[in-house]
Amino acid sequence: MSLPGDIADYLSVNGEAVRDSLIQHLWLALVPVVIAFVLSLPLGWAVVRFGWVRLPILAVSSVVYTIPSLALFLLLPGLLGTSILDPLNVVVALTVYSLSLLVRSTADGLASIDPAVVASATAMGYRPLRRWFAVELPLALPVVLAGLRVATVANVSMVSVAALIGIDSLGQLFTRGFQLNFYAAPIVIGLVLSVVVAFVFDLAIVVAQRRLTPWTRAGASR
Amino acid sequence: MNLDFLLDGANWSGPDGFPQRILEHLGYSAVSVVIAMIIAIPIGLLIGHTGRGALLAISLGNAGRALPSLGVVILAIAVSSVGLGPVIAALVVLAVPPLLTATYAGLRAVDPAVVDAARGIGLRESQIVARVEVPIALPVILGGVRSAVLQVVSTATLAAYVGQGGLGRYLFDGLALRDYPRIVAGAVVLAVLAVIVDLLLALVQRLTVSPGVDGRAARARGRGAVAATDPATVPAAGTDPAPAETAA
Amino acid sequence: MAIEFDQVSKRYPDGTLAVDDLTLTAPSGAITVFVGPSGCGKTTSLRMINRMVDPTSGAIRIDGVDVTAQPAAQLRRRIGYVIQHAGLFPHRTVVDNVATVPVLEGVSRAEARKRAYELLERVGLSAALAERYPAQLSGGQQQRVGVARALAADPPVMLMDEPFSAVDPVVRESLQAEFLRLQGELGKTIVMVTHDIDEAIKLGDHVAVFAEGGRLAQVATPEQLLAAPADDFVAGFVGRDRGYRGLSFATAAELSVEPAGTEVAGLTLVVDDGRPVGWRDGTGRVLASAGAFTAADTLRAAADLALLSPAGAAVRVGADGRVDGIVRHAAIAEVIRRRQVERIAVEGAGADDRSDVEGSSELGERVSGA
Repeated sequence: MSLPGDIADYLSVNGEAVRDSLIQHLWLALVPVVIAFVLSLPLGWAVVRFGWVRLPILAVSSVVYTIPSLALFLLLPGLLGTSILDPLNVVVALTVYSLSLLVRSTADGLASIDPAVVASATAMGYRPLRRWFAVELPLALPVVLAGLRVATVANVSMVSVAALIGIDSLGQLFTRGFQLNFYAAPIVIGLVLSVVVAFVFDLAIVVAQRRLTPWTRAGASR
Repeated sequence: MNLDFLLDGANWSGPDGFPQRILEHLGYSAVSVVIAMIIAIPIGLLIGHTGRGALLAISLGNAGRALPSLGVVILAIAVSSVGLGPVIAALVVLAVPPLLTATYAGLRAVDPAVVDAARGIGLRESQIVARVEVPIALPVILGGVRSAVLQVVSTATLAAYVGQGGLGRYLFDGLALRDYPRIVAGAVVLAVLAVIVDLLLALVQRLTVSPGVDGRAARARGRGAVAATDPATVPAAGTDPAPAETAA
Repeated sequence: MAIEFDQVSKRYPDGTLAVDDLTLTAPSGAITVFVGPSGCGKTTSLRMINRMVDPTSGAIRIDGVDVTAQPAAQLRRRIGYVIQHAGLFPHRTVVDNVATVPVLEGVSRAEARKRAYELLERVGLSAALAERYPAQLSGGQQQRVGVARALAADPPVMLMDEPFSAVDPVVRESLQAEFLRLQGELGKTIVMVTHDIDEAIKLGDHVAVFAEGGRLAQVATPEQLLAAPADDFVAGFVGRDRGYRGLSFATAAELSVEPAGTEVAGLTLVVDDGRPVGWRDGTGRVLASAGAFTAADTLRAAADLALLSPAGAAVRVGADGRVDGIVRHAAIAEVIRRRQVERIAVEGAGADDRSDVEGSSELGERVSGA
């Protein structure tokens, strides 16, 4: 049978399982990014505010990010005391990866702000906290959101690996294909869904960025 | 965390021992990265220097990041056959996007005034690329290499899943045998290997990039450096704040 | 709302002395300009007024009240602050930028925006620019928005740090002129920093010259500064042609004119419908006239015209452009000599008055233009 036929076939039989895998995949991809994003804001602020913190944090992030994800998924149970099959390992690992990415981009974003603008805000009478939310964070957004896009897309693809340790996600489609003697249909379905999901999230962030940072598109028109 | 397997001397020799597996793992990685560089860098240089085909470079970079490595490896085998060849092919496919994007971005970031001056002096286009643009873009390009290597070393772990060698053997055999110490051993060696390789590349980055380009010279003069962050502390920066995903 | 510096010093932890025992009063309702070379402490001194920098010793008072008496943020809301490149918030529209401080103070956004529109008009910007982002405006326009923003809460005090240096000379001149006009209407206490001595002389009611090491070298009116620099440093900083530049502070009204038809150096003025056209010589050839001055112009303008004139005589016209007389070189020189004699007499009588910031020169007031 042809590939499209195989795919239709597979979906008609396993449609529900695919849907469940997809939903689980979405969860596992999003939760870590959201947590990491929230944590990256104070950490990024600290890196910019206290110069000496920069090097240790970046060095640690760098090392952590270098550890292959499967290795991390398998080492965490020993460290956290969870069982190997616990999705929590995946969530923690991906949060840590995303955090190392996002702290970097938050710090870069905050550092990219023109100091004269911040000084202006202080001189006008903004107190530090209000100034941070009203002036610094908005201006850091373009860089921060760029980092968020990278982290989100990376997460979506990394979750698949979790299937190797038995955790449900789109990766299950790959392992199924493997087990069915390299039957192409589920593999292709899994790849397509994975890429589409990544694309959709990426697009969502781009749209959000447009809404939140209208001034970046206002070109110089003298 | 049970380190018995890791510390057992028997596991450090023989065809199944760590040294052998490490060599296999590094072998797969090296071959794939080199092939990917041969493919991606010339294209990246061309696109970066002429500015044409930029959309391709950028889209490929983004798309590449979205590819699940496990899927790519298994698909490669599904469309050809079981064996090392498809695995290497899959690794190459995963390594090309970060290399291409980084090479393109690095060249794009070179000050056009410098290129203009070079042209004005009478350098041929190919000379401009080799003698002016590449040295200036080197930190970014090497960042892309680091990204690609990271990606490949990670994904090479999956070679064991489809019957090949490499450090993944300990992970998958361990999972099948429910031998946790074996899994831990494999994971630790893999993690350490990845970190060491990355640090070595960081060292290479520092040694080969001209001090005038990465800001070291400016810093050494005691003034604030104009250049961006020191490449050595950056987690393999390419165009994006961090490298492509690490899989497996 | 006078601003007093009382023995203020600023020493940084690494030992640099940025401001050295500064005692100075910037009078209420006037423009005081801090001028000097780089590193002379003028900007640091300015920023101590709104506590962007705190002194290591001494006190600063506004209207008699120490600036440390209230929380810094509160103090700053009552002080307008304009910097080079405006420092506008790139992520807010022009009108929202201007409305910033009123909104901070609790004014409703609608009310604040309404005020902002009025202010934009006041600084000479069209309402069409209000909903744009700063990146869409030219440098000169951005600077005007910066001024409007500083004025939004109607503060009695304004601090300006090189507000006009980032724009090109043509735009700068028009901004300076408009600024003077605005100040004429508003009468705020302004302290401005610039490195440009000509700008200081042009805009300041009082000029404080700072020397390297944060030392105050001289405080005087622009005219006194030109006429009598306190030491070699100030003289060098003020630059050449002091005497000539000082003529800007005298009005041409002092010149008495001779009839327009008087022959000067063999040349006679040719007039068409009352307006000066040129000078006719013995052969009938007409040489072009260099231009004309009015009684409202400066002595410097008149002297310049006499220099340029083929006859060595400047042409004076009334407000309608019609000639009402000519003035020769010699007559101008005589007026200059007389002024100098008077100045020396005054100086001899009140030598200690020279650095009195409150005293304005008796020898003439500011006249517009150079």
